[in-house]
Amino acid sequence: MSKAVELPRWIDVGVLPLLNLLLALVVSALLVLAIGENPVEVVEILLFGAFGYEEAWGYTLYYTTNFIFTGLAFAVAFHCGLFNIGAEGQAYVGGLGVTLAALYLDFLPFPIMLVVSMLAAMIFGAAWAYIPAYLQARRGSHVVITTIMFNFIASSLMVYLLVNVLRPQGSMTPESEQIAEHLRLPFIHDIAGALGIEMASSPLNLSFVYAIVISVMIWLFIWHTRWGYAIRTVGANAVAATYAGLEPGRFIIIAMMISGALSSFMALNEVMGVQHRLLIDFTAGYGFVGIAVALMGRNHPFGIFLAALLFGMLYQGGAELSFEIPTISNDMVVVIQGLVILFTGAMEHMFRPRATKIYTAWRLRRDAQEAV
Amino acid sequence: MENFELIILLLDATLRTSTPLILAALAGMFSERSGTINLALEGMMLGGAFSAAAVAFYVGSPWVGLLAAIATTIGLSLLHGFACITHKGNQVVSGMAINILMSGLTALVGIALFAQGGKTPALDKASRFQPITFPGAESFRDVPVLGPIYSELLSGHNILVYIAFLAVPAAWWVMYRTRFGLRLRAVGENPGAVDTAGIGVVAMRYRAVICSGVLVGMSGAYLSTAQGASFLQDMTAGKGYIALAAMVFGKWRPFPALAACLLFGFLDAAATRLQGVVLPGIGEVPVQLVQALPYILTVILLAGFIGRAIPPKALGRAYVKER
Repeated sequence: MSKAVELPRWIDVGVLPLLNLLLALVVSALLVLAIGENPVEVVEILLFGAFGYEEAWGYTLYYTTNFIFTGLAFAVAFHCGLFNIGAEGQAYVGGLGVTLAALYLDFLPFPIMLVVSMLAAMIFGAAWAYIPAYLQARRGSHVVITTIMFNFIASSLMVYLLVNVLRPQGSMTPESEQIAEHLRLPFIHDIAGALGIEMASSPLNLSFVYAIVISVMIWLFIWHTRWGYAIRTVGANAVAATYAGLEPGRFIIIAMMISGALSSFMALNEVMGVQHRLLIDFTAGYGFVGIAVALMGRNHPFGIFLAALLFGMLYQGGAELSFEIPTISNDMVVVIQGLVILFTGAMEHMFRPRATKIYTAWRLRRDAQEAV
Repeated sequence: MENFELIILLLDATLRTSTPLILAALAGMFSERSGTINLALEGMMLGGAFSAAAVAFYVGSPWVGLLAAIATTIGLSLLHGFACITHKGNQVVSGMAINILMSGLTALVGIALFAQGGKTPALDKASRFQPITFPGAESFRDVPVLGPIYSELLSGHNILVYIAFLAVPAAWWVMYRTRFGLRLRAVGENPGAVDTAGIGVVAMRYRAVICSGVLVGMSGAYLSTAQGASFLQDMTAGKGYIALAAMVFGKWRPFPALAACLLFGFLDAAATRLQGVVLPGIGEVPVQLVQALPYILTVILLAGFIGRAIPPKALGRAYVKER
């Protein structure tokens, strides 16, 4: 029997994920065919809807912002060997932090508020992640189940608060008061306008810049700091980490709290940037998209950026799609999302044995030729 | 007397709300006792509910709808198995993928087939499971205490409710009194030992997820063709996750899981009735708290504050045969 050669990096992080993504897209195309529509036309509409005009770009990048945050959140926990399914709830509670800060500290000037709102989001999101993290680290209950439970608890809690506490008097809709105008995150088109560049208006706001900066910071954190190293060690092998003098429980809690804080930044985009008030279910499933984004991006900030852009495109293009082709609703995007998680996440090893075989055969033949 | 009637009505509603939970919780139990995490209950339930309603609408028989639902969920179980058992993929990720996939797919196909915004057309009487009246239920109605219990509480449910309650002792028997059950449990605790005994781990786990598929298919069909009269977009509304919680709360065992389902079903039934009710001394009941209770209780249990819930030892780990 020939010994299998280890796959080179470009196949491992490049070819295989692309192959899996391709498979997800092929299955999606077959679904479109089954519904009786033309997949090529669907792709054209998707691409035009996402990038075809200036405003579309803004919307695509606005969705991308959310997905970068939730993708990074999943990735940081994943590096520690944890499945944080709770981004949805953490972002929701983070939104509460942002809203409370903006409503009750509205006397603060904008530059200070920028920092305060970010801290408020972080504290609330991290606190919501702390309980499942503590239970995993100290009491041995599985973080997957507890974060799912915490999503539902967050949802009930927020409905209660919105209906009974935050709703302004006399209002029937369960949403908070508007946050003061001078505290809102500026839209990119306004910033550009102030600089004399004309841009179509879109919900894209300053938080996109945050997302980029934070991506770089997370890259530095995970690969160039002690804590990042410790988190990866615990994730790779908790027993080995213990022998190396690291306490796994401590880093489980740290990773989860960072993850919760990252999820909650999504609230900055939604609450401070776009909606300007706290809405019921403003997280709209973006937390779950983060799972797909992180898996596709191989838990690396750069990969996450690309995957977030892809999903941003799908979300914005999908909205266009449902206008153009009535038989295809934007649920198509949810289907694609599910397929991407299935093929790039759950079935990521599907092509690996075959790829290893082909690569090994190719190497052997090349080595044999060189020997001659 | 009025209170008694109220209690009977509440318990009656509890039976109806806990039925889908019981079936799904048992489904989860079969899968997880064999070592495969089943987070996909929510998505499978949704897929089952859709197939049942769509097929029952075309064929006009709830039974054919039920079969379609079971076929769908077995298919999804096999997909889950293909990812987790054959390709040793991550079980949590596969489960989430199926949940998200089905949430989109049922709506997408629903709109493509029926063009009613993701709903299926309303089913007529013949295409739904109808209440079964026990013999003599009408004449016993006026007997004090026992009358209402017999004719209100026990009689007058559809067949799937009775199947769900019978499925619990049946599942217990299969799990603890048959060779199949012994092997199934063993494969979830110590697959290596089972393999050494000459029993295929992979085949065993596939059989377990198929059992899981049959049960969760019934719970899906219950939602759309027995309790409801059509499929509605995302109609499971977290019931799959509550069933999962109930299974954990029942410590992966049939009868405790039944108790948990009844408790969670009762909370659900009570929550709808407590809307806006002011209790003396407490004030208005926060309905959201009642709704969140199943999740809160499960977390407290998992934290080890009410007994200890110990999952099957090999849960979540694909079996790698030693060479």
